[in-house]
Amino acid sequence: MNKKQKKTLIKIIIASILLIGLYFIPIKGMIRFFAYMIPYYIIGNDIIKKAYKGIINLKPFDESLLMAVATLGAIILAIYNEAHGQAGDYVEAIAVMLFYQIGEFFQSIAVAKSRKNIAELMDIRPDYANIEINGQIQKINPDEVKIGDVIIVTAGEKVPLDGIIIEGSSSLNTSALTGESIPRAVNVNDEIISGSINLNGLLKVKVTKSFGDSTVSKVLELVENASSKKSKSENFITKFARVYTPFVVFSALALAIFPPVIRVLFLDMPAQWSIWIYRALTFLVISCPCALVVSIPLTFFAGIGGASRAGILIKGSNYLETLSKVKTIVFDKTGTLTKGIFEVNAIHHNKIEEEKLIEYAALAESASTHPIAVSLKKAYNKKLDLSRVKDIQEISGNGIIAQIDGSEVIAGNEKIMEKYGIEPIKCHSMGTIIHVAINKDYMGHIVISDVIKPESESAIEELKKSGIKNLIMLTGDLKNVAQEVAQKLKIEKFYAELLPNDKLKKVEEIINNKNITAFAGDGINDAPVLSRADIGIAMGAMGSDAAIEAADVVLMDDNPLKIASAIKISKKCLNIVKQNILFALGVKFICLILGAIGIANMWAAVFADVGVMIICILNSFRALFTKNL
Amino acid sequence: MKKSYKIEVDCANCANLMEETAKKTKGVKNAVVNFMMQKMDVEFFDNTDEASVMKEVLKNCKKVEEDCEIYI
Repeated sequence: MNKKQKKTLIKIIIASILLIGLYFIPIKGMIRFFAYMIPYYIIGNDIIKKAYKGIINLKPFDESLLMAVATLGAIILAIYNEAHGQAGDYVEAIAVMLFYQIGEFFQSIAVAKSRKNIAELMDIRPDYANIEINGQIQKINPDEVKIGDVIIVTAGEKVPLDGIIIEGSSSLNTSALTGESIPRAVNVNDEIISGSINLNGLLKVKVTKSFGDSTVSKVLELVENASSKKSKSENFITKFARVYTPFVVFSALALAIFPPVIRVLFLDMPAQWSIWIYRALTFLVISCPCALVVSIPLTFFAGIGGASRAGILIKGSNYLETLSKVKTIVFDKTGTLTKGIFEVNAIHHNKIEEEKLIEYAALAESASTHPIAVSLKKAYNKKLDLSRVKDIQEISGNGIIAQIDGSEVIAGNEKIMEKYGIEPIKCHSMGTIIHVAINKDYMGHIVISDVIKPESESAIEELKKSGIKNLIMLTGDLKNVAQEVAQKLKIEKFYAELLPNDKLKKVEEIINNKNITAFAGDGINDAPVLSRADIGIAMGAMGSDAAIEAADVVLMDDNPLKIASAIKISKKCLNIVKQNILFALGVKFICLILGAIGIANMWAAVFADVGVMIICILNSFRALFTKNL
Repeated sequence: MKKSYKIEVDCANCANLMEETAKKTKGVKNAVVNFMMQKMDVEFFDNTDEASVMKEVLKNCKKVEEDCEIYI
């Protein structure tokens, strides 16, 4: 609580005690009036002061002014009643002021607290970096560390800057950045990113990016600026607030004047000025649009904060809103739904042990750096004894012939087999097929293909469940490869053999169908598509600046399930926004109507104002919780 | 030229009023108030003296919301 909040709280307490006390003290007439004016002054003096300033600055719709007019009006009505022999009700005016102050007090505490909470959640900003100077470890500001400096990260510390490990191994907790709770094991030569926490070992890290360019600064900047980009709902509310207050004030004026005049002139009834003025004053109490104006940005802020905790960076409230309306998602295949890494997937028709077959193929390809050779070596996963291989002969594009352990080994495609008079067994699997023959004897083949990410299938399922109607996959890959992936993942529509330019055209075509379309890619060479789609989702974008720049939603890791989470978070957030708008407006309009016909008094009005605001603020907090959606 | 200023304002509607006021101030091209982060991003026209423009912005903001503060 700050000074101002404490002062308000003390005022609220004193005024409440006085008000309750006065209720039990039997005083009458002028003394009673002055006695009641004490709590009114205590609780209301700063509002009346503000109201006065509002008049001077010609701000007729200042909420303090309206509050002051409403409560002073109620007091004058009470004096008028008193003068006519009835007991005047001063309590109401004081209570309205009191509840108004309680509301303001609560709002200021709630907003400050939620701001702090969310800021703390996102506070992955490191405070210092350890640097060795003349053999001594010193703590310095991360800003002062230069590229190429070596920093030391001990167990339990945050990694302050992006860099490469030059000494030590450890596991890192990256959950603050990615939402991923499983620690990541790191070794020498691994790149590590700022904001992750070193869990056990001591690491020496060579810095590769200055603090301003490091991941942690980028993420923070992105999230902090996100709430500056206003959503349509926010703009609607801002515009609405501008007309709402004048509308209510003029209605109040009309309510105070027309009914009594009509009664006297046309209906031949007593005017009942005091009743109608009272009803008009009730209107003024409901005239502040605060509940809406505060709770909607708060909801978006909480939603963006909650999403960032789950490793989903949303670059603005507007994108969060659009995301919730997405009907079509276009995926890039490679790197998004599949790992984009070639792996040995199967071995067929092998006459020797699988391991042996891979060993021969890997030895034959040992001199090559082609992705196929790399995946074979990876599958063998042991050190290759290169002295066993002699006379490596590369038959360009088709395969390799080599002498291994004195036997002639041919590894390659069907063509090379046929060329040497060997009958290969054809394979129906998708991917690259490596046939292997030893001494012209066919030994079987190895299937190497891109692997579908383990989470892809459930991601597609989740997206379908959350009401995404169209799922489309784009790829530059061959049609039959695309078909197999699409079938496995149950994606109905796909377009294959697309050049990067074609991808852009396809996405434009799809957007023309007037569905809100999201594009999810890994950010490598699809930046134009990311920015063209209604919502561009970049995956695993850590480190890829172009993708972060072009995308509207950035997933910190490359788990496709996060796409579904992002959509769910946005839907929940927008639901809360709708609830708040409907609830706040609903209650206010009901109160206005009931107030006009004299059923709702000022007590109800003050609830419509303050109570609704408190409920809306509490409701908006729910957007922060993004787990178990 | 864009600059970011730390502000202090209690109510969200007042923050909107501040934004409107700042936008109308001479020398200001655009202004965005971020109530949640309590900051004001101001974009100035070229060749304006930012310090004096911000003084004017603060003065005008104080008119609409007495309790606000801009840390220039």
